[in-house]
Amino acid sequence: MSESITYYQILNHQSRIIDESDDYQVDNQTLLDFYQQMLLTRSFDQKAISLQRTGRLGTYASSLGQEAIGTALGNAMQGQDVLIPTYREYGAQLARGVKMNSLLLYWGGDERGMAFEGGAVECMQDMPICVPIGTQTCHAVGIAYAMKLRQEKRVAVCVLGDGATSKGDFYEAVNAAGVWQLPIVFVIANNQWAISLPRDMQSSAPSLAQKAWAGGIPGEQVDGNDVLACYERFHKAIQQARDRQGPRVIEALTFRLSDHTTADDASRYREDSLVEKQWQYDPIKRLKNYLLTEQVISVQQLEVLQSQCNDEVNHAVNEYLSTPAMAATSMFDHLYAELPTTMQIQRDEIERRINAKPGGSR
Amino acid sequence: MNNITLIEAVNQALAYEMQHDQDVVLLGEDIGINGGVFRATVDLQQQFGDQRVIDTPLAETLIAGMAIGMATQGLKPIAEFQFMGFIYSALDNILNHASRLRNRTRGRLTCPMVIRAPYGGGIRAPEHHSESTEALFAHIPGIRVVIPSSPSRAYGLLLAAIRDPDPVLFLEPKRIYRLQKEDVENNGQALPLDVCYLLREGNDITLVSWGAMLYETLQAAEQLAEQGIYAEVIDLATIKPIDMSTILSSVEKTGRCVIIHEAARTGGVGAEIAAQLAETGLTYLLAPVQRVTGYDTVMPLFRLENHYIPDVSRIINAARTALEYA
Repeated sequence: MSESITYYQILNHQSRIIDESDDYQVDNQTLLDFYQQMLLTRSFDQKAISLQRTGRLGTYASSLGQEAIGTALGNAMQGQDVLIPTYREYGAQLARGVKMNSLLLYWGGDERGMAFEGGAVECMQDMPICVPIGTQTCHAVGIAYAMKLRQEKRVAVCVLGDGATSKGDFYEAVNAAGVWQLPIVFVIANNQWAISLPRDMQSSAPSLAQKAWAGGIPGEQVDGNDVLACYERFHKAIQQARDRQGPRVIEALTFRLSDHTTADDASRYREDSLVEKQWQYDPIKRLKNYLLTEQVISVQQLEVLQSQCNDEVNHAVNEYLSTPAMAATSMFDHLYAELPTTMQIQRDEIERRINAKPGGSR
Repeated sequence: MNNITLIEAVNQALAYEMQHDQDVVLLGEDIGINGGVFRATVDLQQQFGDQRVIDTPLAETLIAGMAIGMATQGLKPIAEFQFMGFIYSALDNILNHASRLRNRTRGRLTCPMVIRAPYGGGIRAPEHHSESTEALFAHIPGIRVVIPSSPSRAYGLLLAAIRDPDPVLFLEPKRIYRLQKEDVENNGQALPLDVCYLLREGNDITLVSWGAMLYETLQAAEQLAEQGIYAEVIDLATIKPIDMSTILSSVEKTGRCVIIHEAARTGGVGAEIAAQLAETGLTYLLAPVQRVTGYDTVMPLFRLENHYIPDVSRIINAARTALEYA
């Protein structure tokens, strides 16, 4: 086992490629795709926040500044793989074919959001957003175990935050992944903040990646604001897991540029200047400058891309806002495969109440 | 026909279902080569291999979480918790995930898993090995809680639990693991969930219980019969959801009801049954509903456990109290 954690970067924050190794090749179209997907994630994010501020969405967890991780993951995975996310991986979910409308419905207080209705077949086995911190890590182990048991060429890709690495769930999951050499990749999206708790108060370990060692599996760090490095490292780890070369932990170093959620006020616990300084590492700006410098794209074309993203987001918002709430009785619909007869009384109770009220369930 | 104990019936059901359904996998601590600390899974790893009968690291959160992940992939995991006292680190996964995965994905993902755990006192076990906390779990929407009270019901109800498309907590009363034998045909026949089982008919009083306490409850019914009092004995069997209609029909006939459980009284499952009797069966009742239960104390270490666990005389006294009302 290596004595130190390797840190990977390809496109540095001055937008210069610093890794010219032979096996590294990304064509211009891929670069543009990455850019567009990150931009789409951010456009979605901004819209979601404005919907929340105007009372049309519930509490929302922003992915501002973390777009590279989601986009890289969504592209590094194959369709048959399974994404086990936390709640800031919109980029990955969108890339895997989850509709924006689904994400809006979820944060808009509607269970149908995690049904992924109308989404691509590739996302249908993906786990829903996971709110209880770190619990998804053990689910991922079970998913990977099933894949291995059935000798499938599939990989479980589990995302967690820096805070989750302090939980026992994560250690239990990493440990088991090592014991059984499961096809699983853990991606720690280390955005330096677990609500108000900064990274240095989360753990005295010099890296979170090295927590992998306790489970006997390799760990590494990658610049989480460098979509090219993220893509390459995620892709490689996922392929290795697919080829039965064992699990891996990748700590992607990023920064939460937003509040924890729209219900949070980060100015209570961190200086604005600290956040402002972090904008120089913005993953979207970094790739944009590279695309412009290398003349892969023009300023005019960038504007077209932005307006395409806005159109797509606005379309989803319209869809979301015009989706009526479910019937009140729907809370009984998927509680069990079949509602136990003893519970029918309670369902009848709500139905009677609705029917008695003029205007029905809404 | 095999003349077997309750624990052997559990083993027989597990073996049957593993034989007939490739998706069934077992996971837990010491369940493989050791066959489980109570031997519930004895010989199964030899028979079905270490990929399907999985000795896990000592990690209860992992066991529960893993079972959920497996279930979403179409496996039918059966997780063993060595003792109910060690299930609480799995509560997060049971309550926050297993019980609501179907609901929160509108049926896109489901959780057909079984969690097995021995529970209850009476075997002079160490601390944390004797509690009965079924009521904690009965409060959780989206799961079933099932407790067998005999070898044949252990076999039939466990098969039903495995085949159920939703998560089932299957609590095994370890005090009666080897107390009696019964002829159980290994025919793969499941028994229905969500219903009570009528163990003894009578017109004078209804005794409702579950798990190991039915052993004392049936003895009490026998002694009452010797005194000319005929008790109807109901095995609740499915603790969640409760089949109240069977209980109500019985109480309509007898007018009197005693609920017997080993768990602490306050907020116990008996309280729910009594409340529902008061809500919908009050006019049937000729006497207040009586409860014979463990106390609202910490389950004592084993020197005092027999003072905690209800005995036959406490059940008979409660029945006599109920019968005193004209």
